[in-house]
Amino acid sequence: MSAALEVAGATTGPGTQAVDPAAHGSAGPWRTALGQLVRNKAAMASLILLVLIVLACLCAPLYASKIAHVDPFASNVSGTTIIDGKTQPLLEPSSTGLGLGVTPIGPTWDPTHYFLGVDNQGRDVFARLLYGGRNSLLIGISSAVICCAIATVLGVLAGYFGGAVDGVLSRLFDVVWAFPVYLLAICLSVVLITSGLDLGPVHIGPGSLWLPIGIIALIYVPYVARPLRGQVMALRQKEFLQASIGIGASDWRVMRREVLPNILPTVIVLLPLMTALNMLTESALSFLSIGVQPPNASWGTIINDGLGLLYTRPAVTIAPGLAIVLTAGALNVLGDGVRDALDPKAKLRGAA
Amino acid sequence: MGRFIVRRFAAALFVLFAISVLVFLIFFATPGVDPAARIAGRNASQATLAQVRHEFGLDRPLPVRYVLMMRHLFIDRDLTSYVNRGARVIPQIWQAVPVTLSLVIGAAVLWMFFGVLMGTVAAARRGTALDPLMVLLGIIGISMPVYWLGEVVNLVTQNALHDSVFSWVPPLGYVPLTENPLQWALRLLFPWLTLAVLYAGIYARVLRGELLSSLNEDYVRTARAKGLSERRILIKHALRCSLIPIVALFGLDFGALVGGAALLTEVVFGLPGVGKLTYDALQNVDLPVIMGCVLYAAFFVVLANAVVDLLYAVLEPRVRYA
Repeated sequence: MSAALEVAGATTGPGTQAVDPAAHGSAGPWRTALGQLVRNKAAMASLILLVLIVLACLCAPLYASKIAHVDPFASNVSGTTIIDGKTQPLLEPSSTGLGLGVTPIGPTWDPTHYFLGVDNQGRDVFARLLYGGRNSLLIGISSAVICCAIATVLGVLAGYFGGAVDGVLSRLFDVVWAFPVYLLAICLSVVLITSGLDLGPVHIGPGSLWLPIGIIALIYVPYVARPLRGQVMALRQKEFLQASIGIGASDWRVMRREVLPNILPTVIVLLPLMTALNMLTESALSFLSIGVQPPNASWGTIINDGLGLLYTRPAVTIAPGLAIVLTAGALNVLGDGVRDALDPKAKLRGAA
Repeated sequence: MGRFIVRRFAAALFVLFAISVLVFLIFFATPGVDPAARIAGRNASQATLAQVRHEFGLDRPLPVRYVLMMRHLFIDRDLTSYVNRGARVIPQIWQAVPVTLSLVIGAAVLWMFFGVLMGTVAAARRGTALDPLMVLLGIIGISMPVYWLGEVVNLVTQNALHDSVFSWVPPLGYVPLTENPLQWALRLLFPWLTLAVLYAGIYARVLRGELLSSLNEDYVRTARAKGLSERRILIKHALRCSLIPIVALFGLDFGALVGGAALLTEVVFGLPGVGKLTYDALQNVDLPVIMGCVLYAAFFVVLANAVVDLLYAVLEPRVRYA
C-alpha cells in the first residue's frame, strides 16, 4: 500500500500557509489546527483507543507478574491451570489423528488464568500479546520518527541546494523507491539478523530491536523525502525566502528558520501514517521470521506462532491480528484528522 | 513518443543496475558478515566454505565478485543452493513465476473492476451510505495485514464453515491453468479476493475524489450545457479523465504487490509461487535462493513499472515532455 502514501509533492506546493508570520493576534496556526483536531470526533476516538492500547501494553509486566502470574517467555509444556475448579494441563494430548501431538488450552476468558489460552509451548497468549504490543509499538513509532528525521534532513538538503547534491540524493531516492520495500527489507534483514551489525565501535546484536527499527526506517526514507524535496523546491522560489537570502542570511539559517517551519506540518501529518505503515511492515517481517527475533515477541511473531494452531486454537492468530488492525486503523484515522487540520491541501491517498 | 520510450527504458536499465549493485553490496559487503558462511548455510564444512569462496571469487576484488555473481544469476544461470544440495535456483524461480502471475493479475483485475465500479457509483450517489462505507474500506485496506486476513479467510472457508456454506472450496494449493482451468480459478478465488479487498477500497476512494473534482471542470459544464444526460457525462467524460491518476497508482501498487503483499498471500494460501519460494528459503537461510528471488522479483517490478509508465504516457501525452 506504500504507493498510496505518495504525496503529490511538487504539484501541491507548500500548501502550508498555516505558518504565517503575519498571523499575530489570531489564535495562531498551531492552535487553530489543534482546535480543529479536537473537534474531529473520529480522530479523537482513535486517539483515545491508541492511548488505551499503549497503556495496556505498558502494563504488560504488571499483568504478567501480578494478575496472571506467568512468565510469557519461558515455555511451560507441563504446566497446569485451574478451570472451573478443576486442574487441567495447559497442553492436552491431542484427541484427533494418532494422538501424538498436543493441543494447547483455548481461551478461558478469565483474566487471572490464561485469558486467551496458551500457545504450543504453554505460554500465556494474552501476556505475550501485551509484551508483543510493546515491541510492535516501539518499532513502529521509533522507526517512523527516525525515518521522518532522516527524510527531512535529506529532503531539505536536496530541495534547497539543488544541483549536484539534489542529483545524487534524488537518484538514490529513485533506486530505493523502485526497489520493492519488502524485498529490500528481506535482503537487509536476512544478512543482519543472524550475525548483527558492526559499524566501527558500535555493535548491534543479532536479536536487537534496533535492527528492524533501522531497516524499516531506512527503506521508507524516499517515501517521505521525495514529497518534502518537492515542497522545498517550490519554497525556494518564494519571495520571503529570496528576501531572507537577500538580507544575507546563511544557508543554515534559511533552512532552519524559513524552510523547516514550512514543511513541518507535512512531516507531522506523515508521522502517524508512517507509524501505521511501519507497524504493518514490522509485523510482516516478523511473520516471515526476519523481524523481531525470539525470545522477544511482537504481534507479527505471535501470528506466526499461531500458524500451526489456526484451526484448533484460532485465538492465538486472531487476537494479535485484531490488535494490529485496531492500532493501525486508529493511527490512520488520526493521521487523516491531523492532515485535515494542518495541511488540508495535501493529496495524501487521494482524500476525497 | 519514441524518445519517451527510449528515455523510460534507459532509466529502467539504470535502476536495474543500481538495484543489482545494492543487493550485491548488502549480501557481500556488509561489515562484520562473512558472505561465504552465509551462502554455505548453517554448519557448513571447511570444504564447502572453500568451494563457495572459489565459486563467488570471495578472495578477489569487489567488482570482480559483482561480475561473477551476475554471471551466475543471469548468464550461466547456474546458481545452486548449498542448503538444498545441488538444486539449481533459476529454474525453480521460472517454475514459480506462473503461479505468482496468476495470483497478481487475477487480483488486479478484481480490484480494478470493483474499485472503479464502487468509486463511480459513489461519485454519482454522493452523500449516501456508500461514502462512509468506502472510507471504512479504505482505512481497513491500509490497516490490515494481508497475511492475517488470508489466515482468517482460510479459517472460515477451510475450517469453520467448510461443512456448510463453503463446502465447494477446494483445499489449499495450486493447479496450473493449462491442466484444469476451473480448479485453477476456484483455488485462486479466495487469494484473489483477499488481495482485492485490501486495494479496492482505496481505489474507489481515490477515484471518487478525482471524479468529484472532474465534475467541477469546465468541460463538464459544457457537456451539461449541450444537454447530455448525467450518466453520459459521468461515464463518457468525467470517468475517462479521472482514470488517469488511477493508472499511475496502479503501476506503483502492482509492482509493490509482486514484491510484498503477494509474497505473504502465497505463504498463507500455500501457493508455490516466487513468494513461497522466498519464504521457504528464508526459513532455511538459503542465501542463493533468496538472492535470486529478490533480484528477479525486483527486476520484474521495475520493468512492470516502466510498462505502466508507457501506458500512462499514451493516456496522458503531457507526461512525455515532463
